[in-house]
Amino acid sequence: MTVALVLVSHSVRLAEGAAELAGQMAPDVVLQVGAGVPGGALGTSLDVVRDAVAAALRDADGAVVLTDLGSAVLTVESALELEGSWAGRVRLAQAPFVEGAVAAAVAAQQDRPLGEVALAAEAAAAQFGRGARGGARAADGPGGLEGGPGRVSARVVVRDPLGLHARPAALLARAVADLGVPVTVDGVDASSVLMLLQLGVRGGREVEVAAQGPGAEGAVREVVALIEGGLEG
Amino acid sequence: MTLDAAWARRWIGEAAAQVAAAKDGLTELDRQIGDGDHGINLDRGLQAVLAKLDENPPGADGGPVAVGDVLSLVATTLMSTVGGASGPLYGTAFLRAARSAQRESLGASAVVAALEAALEGIEARGRARPGEKTMVDAWQPAVDAAVRAADDGGDAVAVLRAAAEAADAGASATVPLVATKGRASYLGERSAGHEDPGARSTALLLRAAVVAAEAS
Repeated sequence: MTVALVLVSHSVRLAEGAAELAGQMAPDVVLQVGAGVPGGALGTSLDVVRDAVAAALRDADGAVVLTDLGSAVLTVESALELEGSWAGRVRLAQAPFVEGAVAAAVAAQQDRPLGEVALAAEAAAAQFGRGARGGARAADGPGGLEGGPGRVSARVVVRDPLGLHARPAALLARAVADLGVPVTVDGVDASSVLMLLQLGVRGGREVEVAAQGPGAEGAVREVVALIEGGLEG
Repeated sequence: MTLDAAWARRWIGEAAAQVAAAKDGLTELDRQIGDGDHGINLDRGLQAVLAKLDENPPGADGGPVAVGDVLSLVATTLMSTVGGASGPLYGTAFLRAARSAQRESLGASAVVAALEAALEGIEARGRARPGEKTMVDAWQPAVDAAVRAADDGGDAVAVLRAAAEAADAGASATVPLVATKGRASYLGERSAGHEDPGARSTALLLRAAVVAAEAS
């Protein structure tokens, strides 16, 4: 199942900017903008939203809708009430607009099903701001595996002077998701681009790559090689 | 006086005229406690509704027209053209009222049912309750008054008039309230002392329905 994103904002420029940002991390995902009211004023419109969702459903099997301020939510909910045929194919994510769009786009790029793409967006709300403060991640990330039997880990230096910024983080997250083995970087789920970004890893810093269970060793080796390779692609 | 599709059409014409006249006042109320666009948005939406009703008048095919057919067109057009939260809120109110008014004319109990459906729609869509300084503070007393007027044996127009008068009083009573929903809630205590623009426009819309009923 392919899942598209529909970005509903009061502002066309805001939605187009969010689409640009999300598209950079998810080149194959269909992104539709449903923003503004006809005539160019700020606001949201049932017709504009209906057209954007219809366009998304022409190119994908399902669509996750992201919204900015309250009335955008109300407009999308009104559209859902009117369009019975969207049931099961269109989901409104209760998520912050920008972080939610990026997280959902990366999940959609990994061919996750509709519910998981919406969940990825919603999880972005809980993660917002956590990495910047640090500290919390080792306690509640998948790093809880530490010390268990069969755990494999290695340390590697991030060579890109910009560190694990958006584009390499997206590449790494996609690669880890494709491995099918849970891998952590500094204790956070390495298949989550948001969690990687929130580590705030700068160029030249050493990180710990870890995995556990079947396939752990190969997965860690592969992720280390990717990071050593500079994550360009 | 019969509350039929022709009345609904006159209602919207009257509402558009009243909102156009009150546009600056509504926008000024909204500038004090919101984002300053309520009058402009609602005026734009109602003008679009008028154009839509002229383009495809319900019943142009010669068949019978339900009151709900007019209200339904009003609903989707407001949702598409108002832009702010009042678009989907009024749109949902008209949509739910339209579903309850699929008949050629409305008696007293049908007016009550339509108003109740509208209020339920607004509360559901806006997740709002009375006392939060929103349009619900005009709609709730309007519905209560309509129920009482119908219980007292009032006809459809009397029920509508009772609703409009209660909405007007309800809007005035929002002045001292502190907003806990909508944009005004960002202001907290500072929202007290101003009338809620959505409650005021609700009173205008219901007043227009009465004027349209008395004009026939």
